[in-house]
Amino acid sequence: MTLPFELQISSPELIVGVGALVLLLVGAFRGDKGAGLVSVLAGLVLIAAGAPAAVGPLGAAFHGGFVEDQASVYAKVAIYLMSAVAVVLGNGWLARLKSGKFEYPVLILLAALGMGMMVSAGDLISLYVGVELQSLALYVLAAFRRDDAKSSEAGLKYFVLGALSSGLLLYGASLIYGFAGSTRFPDIAHAVAATPSTGVIFGIVFLICGLAFKVSAAPFHMWTPDVYEGAPTPVVAFIAAAPKLAAMVLFARAMVLGFPDAIEQWRQVIVAVAGISMAVGAFAGLAQKNLKRLLAYSSILNIGYALMALSAGAPGGVQAMLVFMVLYMIDVTGVFACLTALSRNGKPMESFADMAGLSKENPAMAMALTVFSFSLMGIPPFSGFWAKFFAFKAALAAGEWQIAVFGLVTSVVAAFYYLRLVKTMWFDPAPGQVDRTPWDAKAIGLAAALFSFPVVMPFLALLDPWARAAAQAFGFV
Amino acid sequence: MVGILTLTTFAPLIGVAAILLLKAFAKPEQAESVKRNSRWIALATTIATLALSILLVANFDSKEPGFQFVEHLPWFAGADYRMGVDGISVLFVLLTAFLMPLCIAASWKSIDDRVAEYFIAFLLLETLMIGVFCALDLILFYIFFEGGLIPMFLIIGIWGGKNRVYAAYKFFLYTLLGSILMLGAILVMAATAHTTSIPELMAYKFAPQLQTWLWLAFFASFAVKMPMWPVHTWLPDAHVEAPTAGSVILAGIMLKMGGYGFLRFSLPMFPNASVMFTPLIFAMSVIAIVYTSLVAFRQTDIKKLIAYSSVAHMGFVTMGIFSGNVIGVQGAVFQMISHGIISGALFLCVGVVYDRMHTREIAFYGGLVTRMPWYAATFMLFTMGNVGLPGTSGFVGEILTMTGAYGATWGSGTWTALFAATGVILSAVYALTLYRRVIFGQIVNPKLAAITDMDVREVAIFIPLIVGALVLGVYPHFVLGVTEASVTRLVDTWRLAAGG
Repeated sequence: MTLPFELQISSPELIVGVGALVLLLVGAFRGDKGAGLVSVLAGLVLIAAGAPAAVGPLGAAFHGGFVEDQASVYAKVAIYLMSAVAVVLGNGWLARLKSGKFEYPVLILLAALGMGMMVSAGDLISLYVGVELQSLALYVLAAFRRDDAKSSEAGLKYFVLGALSSGLLLYGASLIYGFAGSTRFPDIAHAVAATPSTGVIFGIVFLICGLAFKVSAAPFHMWTPDVYEGAPTPVVAFIAAAPKLAAMVLFARAMVLGFPDAIEQWRQVIVAVAGISMAVGAFAGLAQKNLKRLLAYSSILNIGYALMALSAGAPGGVQAMLVFMVLYMIDVTGVFACLTALSRNGKPMESFADMAGLSKENPAMAMALTVFSFSLMGIPPFSGFWAKFFAFKAALAAGEWQIAVFGLVTSVVAAFYYLRLVKTMWFDPAPGQVDRTPWDAKAIGLAAALFSFPVVMPFLALLDPWARAAAQAFGFV
Repeated sequence: MVGILTLTTFAPLIGVAAILLLKAFAKPEQAESVKRNSRWIALATTIATLALSILLVANFDSKEPGFQFVEHLPWFAGADYRMGVDGISVLFVLLTAFLMPLCIAASWKSIDDRVAEYFIAFLLLETLMIGVFCALDLILFYIFFEGGLIPMFLIIGIWGGKNRVYAAYKFFLYTLLGSILMLGAILVMAATAHTTSIPELMAYKFAPQLQTWLWLAFFASFAVKMPMWPVHTWLPDAHVEAPTAGSVILAGIMLKMGGYGFLRFSLPMFPNASVMFTPLIFAMSVIAIVYTSLVAFRQTDIKKLIAYSSVAHMGFVTMGIFSGNVIGVQGAVFQMISHGIISGALFLCVGVVYDRMHTREIAFYGGLVTRMPWYAATFMLFTMGNVGLPGTSGFVGEILTMTGAYGATWGSGTWTALFAATGVILSAVYALTLYRRVIFGQIVNPKLAAITDMDVREVAIFIPLIVGALVLGVYPHFVLGVTEASVTRLVDTWRLAAGG
């Protein structure tokens, strides 16, 4: 028996969706005792979903509402892997808090389902559905420590601002539908000319605003520092990585596929957003004392670079963005894994002062964090350098040298705060012993550091052509 | 195919791996033996690297102006792994490998905290520095060039003096700002010429307008690295705070990356822009020579004085590079090699007394000749080398660059040479004053009464340097013969492309 084509195309999502529901039932019957089991099963579900995504057929299903092309395969494999990492990281963390909850892996699965929808969105409806499913799961995850005031605050803030951005998104989508007469990206592309009507431009701007919220680009970044600071660290490791990739791919789809002729119109908006993000991320980060807040600003800065790459358009810009996001994602997961692993007298180490003298107390973690610092700074030979390399090359090849030079200068400004972390760990004396690091978070942190260098060197030879193929076949199925 | 260049470049990493293993498997009570063994591993690795680089130079065909020992491995669309050396770069590989064992030996006793990490940082630095001179791919070059910042930042910041954090930041951010603009230029070149191979880019003709911008971006990086006036201010801080061996490497090798960059990129790839900016370079070189010499004269810290004198001597190098004739460029390369030996030795001389007294104040010392005759003689030799006394290698570099500048193809060479010549006098003023105040006279400071002369280890460090400075001073052909063919071709193609 062969499945109908539409089901074959959407089989990764079906596996994740059905898996999430079944695991919810398992959890409901076994209670929180089954949290470990549910986590293991959730990991298996993600791997099981990754396989058909990687080898399954390509094409468009449900009248073009759901698209499986090279780019979505690329993104899905990365998203499922990162979600599996988040399950491992979060499960260990909950177990150490003696508050294992089976909802955690289920919520990750639901978020992964939403992200899968986002990267496969072929029209405005599935765009919205994917974004909402992902966001709702993340709101709950951010507030996962409901007895902790900061975590609840983070969840609430995330929810309220996220709802606002969804509203903007929806408003933009309705305007576009009204003026273009269709929700499907290829039809919109057909209807929208190089100089679109004012209504469409309004729609595009609202759509960009809504998506900029989701990727936490300035000036729509207000929620990011608070959510990063308040949400549990393993959850931040998840929020900071996979959803950003999903939203960026969605961004690329909506812009590159929906409005290919109007590129000059949306490019200016994206370049402006990218520039503001770089400035905010670099300069506001200088004043931070809390590492999680600092990393929030660092993520705003890096999204600025990703948007700069995207503004170069297809295929060069999309290719650069895809490579950039995957390399960035691994770095940032590694940083938060290290932060999850580190504590002093049972208190998590989250400020600069806490990190003092870490190189003597825990050389392995200090080494990993040093690697991430230099990598995020964009110093070769670490993976962050290659991410920036592709992003800036795409922007310069498209002739956007103003934003590229601005980006290079902001990266020097940002280098100061990353250097401060290195300085604190290596040059300052240690105030006291750090606790033993749990093996799971430590292993993830060290693996990500090893990826940053040297694994990335041969890996690039694989990643680069894959992203190129994905960008060249973007939207063509 | 893996060849001798790859071996030489990455040989220090074997030592890194060995020290890491040693540290990983050592029990806490074996800390002392880890320290001792790390030192020996580092020394053995650097000596092996030196042997490889001697082998490299011995097999080098100095009549061939192009790249030799070329290795090429395809990597990915952005960059390939390409290595190769020509007459200009091969001696820098040797210089790096030559100074490294001396640095390790100089740190033998003075570094007692985090010894294993210290030597790991130095060995990593060696790999990155040799890589800079061997890379034949823009991206690969950038990786080595920029990667070197990390170990140097840690060396200054962890093992440096009182104000080390400030100096480390300043060093890192200054250099990063310069080289990040170069990265932008590299990406533009890759996008325009569709290749990152250095030999191919040398043959590629960029539009004159674009050349100007690219030249300025590369200039930002190399001028900071050199360092040229007015972006030299990071250097005195970095030198003063860095441990002795760090200063030796900074002055001996890292400064030369700037000059090497001008020769490898600016001249052959942007010939028209290089001609256009020659007056600017001449002006900056002359200011560097005269102004920083005067600044050096006013210093109260021995290391800072030598650091400023390095800036002045680098002025001769930039002047020679842009002279547009073979003599000037030959002189610039020679001056770089010679300065690597002499300034390295001078910093080691400072290290000798600093290890004993833990201060670098000139006023603290005086009358050392009565207690340390061997030290006084060594210091004298290198002071004379720094001044440019005939018979030492310093003389050859200065006379060649000035002769070159006098006959400069572009720009007002006569005036440049004239002002540069006053720098020779000024260098005698500050260097001899320093020598007199530290070495001569009677010992007035009671703390110096028990100071001892150099021990065997220290003498052993200085012997190769003394031999180097004297041999090159008497028989400069050892360097000039190797560089001649490549330099001649470089200058000829530059003149052809720029119509000089």
